[in-house]
Amino acid sequence: MRQRLLVLVTLIFCVGLTIALAAGVLIAAEAAMPSGLQNQLALSLGRSGVEHPITAVLLNFRSYDTLLEIGVLVIAGMAGISLASTQSLEDPALRSSDSLLYALQRWFVPLMLLLAAYLLWAGADRPGGAFQAGAVLAATGVLMRLGGLPMEFIRPGMLLRLGLVLGFAVFLLVAVAGVLAGEAFLAYPPGMAGGLILAIEIVLTLSIGMILLALFVAAPVTAEHEPEEGAGS
Amino acid sequence: MSPDLMYALAGVALCGIGLAGFLILRHLLRRLLAFNLLGSGVFLILVGLAQHRGSPDPVPQALVLTGIVVAIAATALAVVLIRRYYHLTGRTSLVDDEDSQS
Repeated sequence: MRQRLLVLVTLIFCVGLTIALAAGVLIAAEAAMPSGLQNQLALSLGRSGVEHPITAVLLNFRSYDTLLEIGVLVIAGMAGISLASTQSLEDPALRSSDSLLYALQRWFVPLMLLLAAYLLWAGADRPGGAFQAGAVLAATGVLMRLGGLPMEFIRPGMLLRLGLVLGFAVFLLVAVAGVLAGEAFLAYPPGMAGGLILAIEIVLTLSIGMILLALFVAAPVTAEHEPEEGAGS
Repeated sequence: MSPDLMYALAGVALCGIGLAGFLILRHLLRRLLAFNLLGSGVFLILVGLAQHRGSPDPVPQALVLTGIVVAIAATALAVVLIRRYYHLTGRTSLVDDEDSQS
């Protein structure tokens, strides 16, 4: 009875909060929006090195956010891997030997890699970019893992560590190089912005795909493989 | 009412559903899903409200893109943590009593 009352009170609270939020959204929609930021962006898009405004914001005007974001991803990936047992990173018991899946994979994996490369390249002047390409790359890795293709690089070792920190390291290197050259932190030297953004996006794509894949691979820990943990329940 | 404003209002509804689920449900995976729903609602409000008048605003869109990637990483880490917790304790919720398996 007390449980039910608590649920009812919580529901009423949530409905009230939702109505208040909706009213707030409607009031904010009515208010005149100062769009100074948008005009400023349109004015300075020409010297950002890319033609798509979202990519320009992500990797030039607000690249500090993106730097911190990839930092968060690296920390999450490290924490995820350190929680998993070492064997489960490449577990032959999880491999399926479905011939249909294998045949499908032979078509899909190259196509998905191609799609990731296209998304990365398209980010300069249309929707796309490092994060979308990294997500596709990670999905390719998940498919390869579920289908049982061997992936040596995902084992704990030098390659995995290198892949995890590559994006963050290159990004940070570019940022600090700007400081050493006498510019502001994360300011690209004039004329080199386009090339630097492309280089950063390539390593970001690799790292994001690697981190997401490592987090996925770290998750399945079955009780049979860890009897010392399952026994405690 | 423009379609973009309806996106924002749908985001408000998602926020409400997610918050209610996060507070009421006890199973950790369900709580995680509810929390993700709440986050998706916030993203929808941000994007919908910013572009309901005129052209899409790239600044909130970039912000939301960053938010989505961080949310994915946080969710994956949370799943790893929940599995670890389940293997260590055999429980799927943080409370002790057994009858609250909602």
